[in-house]
Amino acid sequence: MKLSNTVSGLFLVALGAVATYGGSLQPPVPGQQVGPSVFPMVVGTGLMLCGALIAMGVGSAMEEEAEAEISTRDSDSAGDHTGNGIWSGMLALLPPALVFFYVLASERIGFIATAFVMILVAALAFGGKLKHALALAIISPFLVHLVFYKLLRVPLPPGLIPTPW
Amino acid sequence: MSTVTVLIDAFRLVAQPDVLLVVFLSSLYGLVVGALPGLTATMAIALLVPVTFYLSPIAAVAAIISASSMAIFSGDIPGALLRIPGTPASAAYTDEAYAMTRKGQAETALGICVWFSALGGIVGTLALFVLAPTLAEMALRFSTFEYFWLAFLGLMCATLVARSSPIKAIASMLIGLLVSCVGIENPAGTPRFTFGQTDLLGGIEAIAALVGVFAVSEVMRAMQMPDPPPLPKRKYGSILKGQLALTRQYPRQQIRGNIVGVIIGVLPGAGADMAAWVSYAISKRFSKTPEKFGTGHPEGLIESGAANNSSVASAWVPALLFGIPGDTITAIAIGVLYMKGLNPGPTLFTEKASSMYALYMIFIAANLLMIPLGIMMIRVASYVLRAPRWSIMPVILMLCAVGGFAIGNNLFSVVTVATFGLIGYVMEKNGYPVAAMVLGIVMGTMVEQSFVTSLIKSDGSIWPFFSRPVAAVLAAMTIAALLWPVAYWALGRMRGAAPTKG
Repeated sequence: MKLSNTVSGLFLVALGAVATYGGSLQPPVPGQQVGPSVFPMVVGTGLMLCGALIAMGVGSAMEEEAEAEISTRDSDSAGDHTGNGIWSGMLALLPPALVFFYVLASERIGFIATAFVMILVAALAFGGKLKHALALAIISPFLVHLVFYKLLRVPLPPGLIPTPW
Repeated sequence: MSTVTVLIDAFRLVAQPDVLLVVFLSSLYGLVVGALPGLTATMAIALLVPVTFYLSPIAAVAAIISASSMAIFSGDIPGALLRIPGTPASAAYTDEAYAMTRKGQAETALGICVWFSALGGIVGTLALFVLAPTLAEMALRFSTFEYFWLAFLGLMCATLVARSSPIKAIASMLIGLLVSCVGIENPAGTPRFTFGQTDLLGGIEAIAALVGVFAVSEVMRAMQMPDPPPLPKRKYGSILKGQLALTRQYPRQQIRGNIVGVIIGVLPGAGADMAAWVSYAISKRFSKTPEKFGTGHPEGLIESGAANNSSVASAWVPALLFGIPGDTITAIAIGVLYMKGLNPGPTLFTEKASSMYALYMIFIAANLLMIPLGIMMIRVASYVLRAPRWSIMPVILMLCAVGGFAIGNNLFSVVTVATFGLIGYVMEKNGYPVAAMVLGIVMGTMVEQSFVTSLIKSDGSIWPFFSRPVAAVLAAMTIAALLWPVAYWALGRMRGAAPTKG
């Protein structure tokens, strides 16, 4: 997930350009000089400018100073946590993927079943033993459901597995 | 209403059984979350938001105040015992505290953390109590021009204090502003950047985005970290022993730490972690014995421990007055304030005076409660810290999804949570400070409204932006902040011929 400054800078230039263009398409307010197009255009222009500067490497010296300061502190305390390359990078994507899974599944199979899958997968990914992960995945969805559904009255979707309340 | 009746009213608000219970429970919650490495104080507050929906306004604010104060202190515990800061706010002096533990002074180190944190929190509250109403009187005379510059200055501050390249910080802030452009809440009320999606008409829910940035990204980062080492069980002697002597020995450090903390707290976007870094550096710079720093010397610990907790309270000054978050915790709190009908603004201090006094009282109460509860937490820390990450992180993730759903009772907020988790993670990895983006998201609507309204009032002319005295001063400050990175870069270029350190 570490991108070069050129890539992230150019991405910001593109984002700024889209924002500026999108802003310019906004309908004007009759009888007024300024409307909904001004602000996105100002922001978009700013983004393009910043993106260009970043891509050119302006200001990266300051960043290196700050990073060096942090890394000297961290180096011996936390150990090497950049880990084993691509695999650990992919693993980091698991949490948002599980939240997206919640979006797709919760209405269909209900809260308890969705939560079971989410917690089981996440617990295993964090290195829990299967026995422990299963226990956690069975118990905690009911507790969360009890608190949010019963006490806080959040309309969590019912589904395959009934709850005793 | 006289002050006495206001005070009695405020006391009555605080003395409700539900408020007291909330203060107690959220204190415990804050202590536990703060002590667990990888779970930050801001994350604690983000996950608390769905619960605050169902509380009375004062109880909701009480929950945020007590959980955040406790979490900032409690982050010191694993710092001192394991050399792993529980929250970023403790990172500045973790080495110092751990060195004291190694010297067999764990009690003194933890005692300093709890004692000077509590005192710092109380001083921060006093600053909030004095500063906010005074500034409110002034702010009542502000027009949209001043508000525009104030908001803009707030955004610039956040980019200046970021520990990163200022250009990346400005870019992050602009991304945040762009996010706030989405929806129909704009000068014409037309759907802007909604791509035909009805879910986007209401804009991107700021609180859901913050849950993503501060909780989901944190879980993502934890995925790549090794498990912290287990904490050996140990018996503690008296925690508070010798603290009064230290208070008498280092009054200057403590006061300086408090003042720095208050100032940094008031600055938008800069919070407890910044306060601790700056005051630790100041302490070392002005110390008579700078060579002792890092070897388990209480001086820097006292100063920065006092600073980070006083900033927690003073961050509420701009939040309550202008809706400008003083740190990432108040960025979330502002959303809750709006939802509870305590809309930030200078009139809050006249119209809802009793609520404001209640808020100060809760701050004081939480900081007093910190001493007994904090000592208790230190004693049970070895048990709490033994909770394995495979059991905590999945539940946190679950709470992110459910919390996101609870914010709007729709699944789109959950999509927002996941998306911003991803965005926050990628930004952080590439040196784009997320706090600046968060500030942009929270303040975007306010910046645009004051900007466009001002332009309409002035008939498109920019002269009135500079002609009012207060506006002119604020404008000068903003432009200086904006030009600072350019000047820094130019200076670097001029010196550039000289060899740069590799």
